[in-house]
Amino acid sequence: MLPVIVLLGLLSIWYFVSITDLFPGYALPSPLAVAKSFREEMLAGRLINDIIASLWRVAVGFVLSALLGIPAGLWLGQHMHARHAFLPMLNFFRFLSPLAWIPFAILWFHIGDKPAFFLIFMATFFPLVLATMSAVATIPSIYFRVAQDYHYKGLELLRKVTFPAVLPQIITSLRVSYGIAWVVIVAAEMVGCQDGLGYGIWEARNGLRLDSAVCYMMVIGLLGMGIDRLLYQLTKLPNVRWGYER
Amino acid sequence: MKDKSAVCRLQLERVSHSFGQVSVLHELSLVVNHGEVVVLVGPSGCGKSTILNVLSGDITPLSGLVRREGVIRTIHQQDGLFPWLTVSENIAMGLRSMENTAHREREVSDLINLVHLEGFGHHYPHQLSGGMRQRVELARVLAGDSDILLMDEPFSALDYQSRVRMRRELIRLLQLRPRTVVFVTHDIEEAAQLADRVMVLSGRPATISCELLIDAAHPRDLTDNAVIETMKKILKELGL
Repeated sequence: MLPVIVLLGLLSIWYFVSITDLFPGYALPSPLAVAKSFREEMLAGRLINDIIASLWRVAVGFVLSALLGIPAGLWLGQHMHARHAFLPMLNFFRFLSPLAWIPFAILWFHIGDKPAFFLIFMATFFPLVLATMSAVATIPSIYFRVAQDYHYKGLELLRKVTFPAVLPQIITSLRVSYGIAWVVIVAAEMVGCQDGLGYGIWEARNGLRLDSAVCYMMVIGLLGMGIDRLLYQLTKLPNVRWGYER
Repeated sequence: MKDKSAVCRLQLERVSHSFGQVSVLHELSLVVNHGEVVVLVGPSGCGKSTILNVLSGDITPLSGLVRREGVIRTIHQQDGLFPWLTVSENIAMGLRSMENTAHREREVSDLINLVHLEGFGHHYPHQLSGGMRQRVELARVLAGDSDILLMDEPFSALDYQSRVRMRRELIRLLQLRPRTVVFVTHDIEEAAQLADRVMVLSGRPATISCELLIDAAHPRDLTDNAVIETMKKILKELGL
């Protein structure tokens, strides 16, 4: 109930500010104008198209980075020397804003989905590797001693002990890096694409249609929350509950 | 159960070990006989756990000989269960070599019943009390082909009453499924109640300052004469 009250409060502040003459109508569209523009964009089919385009880009870039980043983190976590060797490099790239790669992304991959995949990958790969790696490096040694008693070795050790021991932390870092991906996609699409939610905002800006821009912003926020809810469901799996309850 | 008399053997011969400058074990010799419960008592920091780690193979001593035959499993003080596995799955860890699924499941449920955890097979360790978790540990080490159990203060994280109850539980389980046990504790009451043989350790580097054979039958009550006599001797040996 409380979140709804906050939301209604925010909406009414917005409404009252928009009916005063503090800002001209084109600079601060009213909730009503945004609702109208939402209807317009839906009927034109543009919004749906942009949503699908953005979701697809984030999904591909994010899955690619998880498929490479989690195994890389598992490996680095288990090998102290490799960790030592790679840590400065990983940290360097982690602090490099993914947006800095935009010019390269466009020159290397031209306009379309590919530069967006690349930027999402660059934004999420390094935090995922680092989080997985440090999770593995801090697994209590008692688990490995028990594993040795019961003859877990090689791949079985990785699948049955190392991976489940860090799964709760991996899920958390997936949620965090998914958040980064969703922020980055908007910027990536502003420059590297011909459609998508980011491109929609960019186009609205060019046409000075801030009502449409706000409508896109709201969709971005709501979709981001929605997908995080989905990822949150992973934390309810019975074999990871321990990681959140102790 | 197959006969294990020939397989299990545990022996230290003039074993010395040190961490950096600190000598922890000095020329320590110890033979553990088949089916025997040997309890090592001593003040904390005297090197009891190091002895267990040498016996388990986690530490290779700097000098001396370690003979170790048979399947060895360790029960830790706490948190030795895999939290991502249910009670049944934890117990089944030692039964992975059993091909027949039906046999394996029957063995798991037998073990669950043995430690009185009927109905908890699908629970996860974090949903159980400390005492229940240690009972799962007992069931787990007893599963399958284990010969030797190393116990590193397995009940010391429990409250007093659970601790007393768990001692009785351990004796009962060992009567049903005999194993060779090396048990480390600082609790002299525990030592006197459980042991066939008590080794009192002193100082650092750890040396065996006295060895007490207790031939009173199991289970022993805390107030049994043999137990009280043994406790007196241990206390005296420790200078308390």
